Amino acid sequence: MSVVFDEKINRARGDGRLQLAIYDATARLMDKRKHALEGDNLPDFQELRDCANALKKQTIDNLDHYLEQFEANVIAHAGKVVFCKDATDVSDFILKLAKERGARLIVKSKSMTTEEIDLNERLEHHNLEAVETDLGEYIIQLAHERPYHIVAPAMHKTRYQVADLFEEKLGVPNETVIEKQTMIARGVLREKFLAADIGISGANFLIADSGAVVLVENEGNARLSTSAPKIHIAVAGIEKLIPRAQDLAVFLKLLGRSATGQPLTVYTSFLSGPRRGEEIDGPGEFYVVLLDNGRTKLLEDSGKRESLYCIRCGACLNHCPVYRKIGGHSFPWVYSGPIGAIITPQFMGLNHEPGLPFASSLCGACAEVCPVKIDIPRVLLELRADVTAAKEREGQGGLERMAFRAYAWLMRHPKLFEIAGRLASVLAPASSSGWLRGVPAIMNIPPVRAWLSQRDLPAPPHQSFRQQWRTRVPRINSR
Amino acid sequence: MAKRVSLFVSCIVDQVFPNVGLAMADVLERAGFDVGFPEAQTCCGQPAFNSGYREEARQVALHFLDVFSKSENVVVPSGSCTAMITHHFAELFSNDQLNLARVHALESRVYEFSRFLLDVAKVEDVGARLDDVVTYHDSCHALRELKIKQGPRRLLSHVRGLELREMDAAEECCGFGGTFSVKFAEVSGGMARTKIDSIVRTGARTVVSIDSSCLMQIQGAISRAGLSVRTLHLAEVLASR
Ligand code: SF4
Repeated sequence: MSVVFDEKINRARGDGRLQLAIYDATARLMDKRKHALEGDNLPDFQELRDCANALKKQTIDNLDHYLEQFEANVIAHAGKVVFCKDATDVSDFILKLAKERGARLIVKSKSMTTEEIDLNERLEHHNLEAVETDLGEYIIQLAHERPYHIVAPAMHKTRYQVADLFEEKLGVPNETVIEKQTMIARGVLREKFLAADIGISGANFLIADSGAVVLVENEGNARLSTSAPKIHIAVAGIEKLIPRAQDLAVFLKLLGRSATGQPLTVYTSFLSGPRRGEEIDGPGEFYVVLLDNGRTKLLEDSGKRESLYCIRCGACLNHCPVYRKIGGHSFPWVYSGPIGAIITPQFMGLNHEPGLPFASSLCGACAEVCPVKIDIPRVLLELRADVTAAKEREGQGGLERMAFRAYAWLMRHPKLFEIAGRLASVLAPASSSGWLRGVPAIMNIPPVRAWLSQRDLPAPPHQSFRQQWRTRVPRINSR
Repeated sequence: MAKRVSLFVSCIVDQVFPNVGLAMADVLERAGFDVGFPEAQTCCGQPAFNSGYREEARQVALHFLDVFSKSENVVVPSGSCTAMITHHFAELFSNDQLNLARVHALESRVYEFSRFLLDVAKVEDVGARLDDVVTYHDSCHALRELKIKQGPRRLLSHVRGLELREMDAAEECCGFGGTFSVKFAEVSGGMARTKIDSIVRTGARTVVSIDSSCLMQIQGAISRAGLSVRTLHLAEVLASR
């Protein structure tokens, strides 16, 4: 684990207010999800998950086919598809378009993909103003932070912190009532919507057989961002495809419930192509930017490819006991929680944070709730093997490797295994409770120290099971 | 003639919690089984597997196969070790057809203790008595990999004098996670403390589980916090009379 990762975790753990905020917010989301799936609310939930998994597998296994189909259908609706290799490709495209059209102001609706490529910073660098219009995203944009959670980006901020932030950045009176804060943001954002030249959105789904971009949201800002300005650009990862419009019947049932416990979000928009002749609203130009940014690398890895099935519902974050302790900003990239732990090393390289795949108790709560059934613990285990192999290649992690080699050797030598156990019971101090708060210096190796930093250690028994077994008298059936 | 079973007690029960293994043997013998303990057994290899050392895990798994391939049924006082054998051994030998066949031949005969009692021995009431108020901790691998949820509770429901009080966070991880507990010690400790809060809220005097590693984590944190709650493995409860 890197020092930075460790420090971030310690900071989050040391902040009592933050701990409470994460715990409460995730608990609320878990409760809502549970309620939405209880009883008769969605009796075929497990079948839908199987279905969603199969659909995603089919899409990802044949992605080139669906990409071509999608592109053809977008073109048929007078839109354009732009394939981008990385962040620079995306910003180059948008900057060029903005320059040609004389655009200055961009409104954005919530999109993790644009967060992934730091699009706002790149645009601002070229004097384009990009304003987030989702309330949570707007808050963290004002605070110059990254999303704390893929669904609830400002989950970590209390209304008091938001009040201070608005007062400082917008020059408004300190307002702590959430509804009033929303009104303040709306007031500012309305102006932006009206003046914006370009609207940038993400995409929840891209439908291959109709060339449509599907957006789900609760605030209506995505609908405005994509219809008020003259130009709409949807930026999406290539994995966002689904084969057919009818497949939405599966995904939409799962997404809202898994994310926020809603049967359906307040708005679901289907956007295909620019405004047509007789229509009164909608953009004049429609672009779908399809981002690779490391995704095709994953396509080659049949063992971990399922990481691309994710529909970004955030349920795995809410249910992850580690996320709930360390929070979103401890994670080394914009994607946090279990899904972040499996895609960060694959998109950014193992060395981005080699400790990340190990930051899990492998409890499996993530896989249990994932609506598309990504086996996250299995992928974590594969990544762990990748990290140890990479370390070996780089000549690192020698001590740990030696320890595991010694372990494997000892486990094949039962007699010596027994002697090692006896040695421990001789060396360990006596304890009346059977639990130790400290050990003699010779046993105080780093893992033992780390254990003892949090918990007491069981004192080794006087005799191991195998020793006692030798003298044990079998019980006859005395029932 | 009594049916034979082999115990795989797991390294942690062998070396740290021998009473769990002895209790399991008692319960199985009372249920009419002839219990054996292949002495060459050690560990299932999970520590190495979970830490990314697959070659080392493979070596330990091979040793396990050598020790147990002749056993009829193998009973394990741990959901986690059982899942390692029945769910992950095959992954270790995916490129080794010969040993993969050995894994497949063995894995259907390896049972977690409570499941063995219910599904093979077909006993729900083992004749135990324990005057106590207990709460049950669902260990993650038993719950999510082996889908063990009601079985241990059914067994507990027949223990005379015992009252089971469910905690609100029964399915939440205790934070052990093998090397996770020392690599991310403070986070792991925090998870244990959250678990303990939930345990304490039930007013139960004893926490029961089918995994000794979880209980080591939970009891270690309870002991550190100076609380008077104790932990017992299900086998120890079922062996009480
Ligand atoms: S991995 Fe699954 S649970 Fe996590 S965000 Fe993606 S779809 Fe949701």
